Amino acid sequence: MNALYAFFAVALLMLVAFFGVWGLGWNTLFAVMIPYAALAIFIIGLIYRVVKWARAPVPFHIPTTCGQQKSLPWIKSDRIESPSSTMGVVARMAMEILLFRSLFRNDKVQLEDKKRVTFQGNRVLWLGGLVFHWSLLIILFRHSRLFMQPVPDFMIFVRDIDGILQGLIPAVFITDIAILMALTYLFLRRVVFPQVRYISLPSDYFALFLLLGVVILGVLVKTAWKVDIEGVKVLAMGMFTFNPVVPEGIGPAFYIHIFLASVLLAYFPFSKLMHGPGIFLSPTRNLINNSRAVRHINPWDYPVKVHTYEEWEDEFREAIRGVGLPLEKE
Amino acid sequence: MYDAGKIISGIIIFFILVSFPIWISAASGTIGDVPELNLPADEEQCVEDAEWMRANHMDLLIDWRETVVREGVRVYTASDGKEYNMSLTDTCLDCHSPKAEFCDQCHDYVAAVPNCWSCHVDPGGS
Repeated sequence: MNALYAFFAVALLMLVAFFGVWGLGWNTLFAVMIPYAALAIFIIGLIYRVVKWARAPVPFHIPTTCGQQKSLPWIKSDRIESPSSTMGVVARMAMEILLFRSLFRNDKVQLEDKKRVTFQGNRVLWLGGLVFHWSLLIILFRHSRLFMQPVPDFMIFVRDIDGILQGLIPAVFITDIAILMALTYLFLRRVVFPQVRYISLPSDYFALFLLLGVVILGVLVKTAWKVDIEGVKVLAMGMFTFNPVVPEGIGPAFYIHIFLASVLLAYFPFSKLMHGPGIFLSPTRNLINNSRAVRHINPWDYPVKVHTYEEWEDEFREAIRGVGLPLEKE
Repeated sequence: MYDAGKIISGIIIFFILVSFPIWISAASGTIGDVPELNLPADEEQCVEDAEWMRANHMDLLIDWRETVVREGVRVYTASDGKEYNMSLTDTCLDCHSPKAEFCDQCHDYVAAVPNCWSCHVDPGGS
């Protein structure tokens, strides 16, 4: 049911863009104004969310570690999984951001013959996530040819490697196939596995369907419903110089593609997609595990007025002695 | 805000990284350049409608290649009934020559690299 809500939401968005362009002819709205607005919402929203997070104090070092902490010189410590230096943290964060290290540890718990609990490494989610994110990065990088004039050679080089399977014209890109497979898997796991389905919300499906919509339309504008790519670049470069012109004759599929991408961009700061910036701000990952070597003092600790036993004894010394109770200090 | 230096520099680095196309284009000074096509003066109509050709010429060329090479048929009947010789160098480049003033204009602009020229010559080129 949750998946259906999200599906209809994305379908509705596609219909809005289709009728807006094909029926009403609001090309400038969908090609210029909405992308500009989405970009503004993305930039302001991203900064707002990150600054809001940064306002939350993290007084103590609370890394979740997976290795031996640095202690005595003859005990071998794990410098990356339990970082004792900034370099260790950088290496740990790099592994987390680039390779999803902690997801690699994902385990599947099973009850074997109703007698024994077994833990098994389950790397499928890790693989699906990694393939999706890296494909998305390369696809976004490939799109930069529409925003650059002249197009540098390294961009063409990446595109040529990605399009090395020259089965069709234009080339079928490895990342296009990979991202479609990964997104399909990420969707299916939410539907097929009852535990994951139970915790899946419409917003989980919405992000997936939105991405699937953008990707499928992106593939279609290259293959089935071809659009005038030169016109698209004229439009994109015009937006950069704040002098946008919408060329005639770019097919409606392009407008749906860019509208869904704009919605994704505007939705980003208010959604779970903020895990991207959030991973940099995870206190359990980005802090040095040095709480035994360095004393961390809570910055808002105020001086507490204390009354020690010694002071109390001084105050009532005579009375205590009078009833014959023992004293620490005579 | 805690760790303001790190947070602000992180945000700035992110936006500089993702906006790299702007800096590259701005530095080159060719940001406003658009393709300039040398269109034939004596022809009104391409093989198919120009708007369709702009998006789909590559399919047409592949179709021509396969029809000529595999079936030996060299006559293309356009949607308006006119017949053309299926040839890149004789038909297409007859009007659109040299390729540097037609094909390359848009192809360089959007960094689309066709593999036509690994076999075909450009009769108008030097």
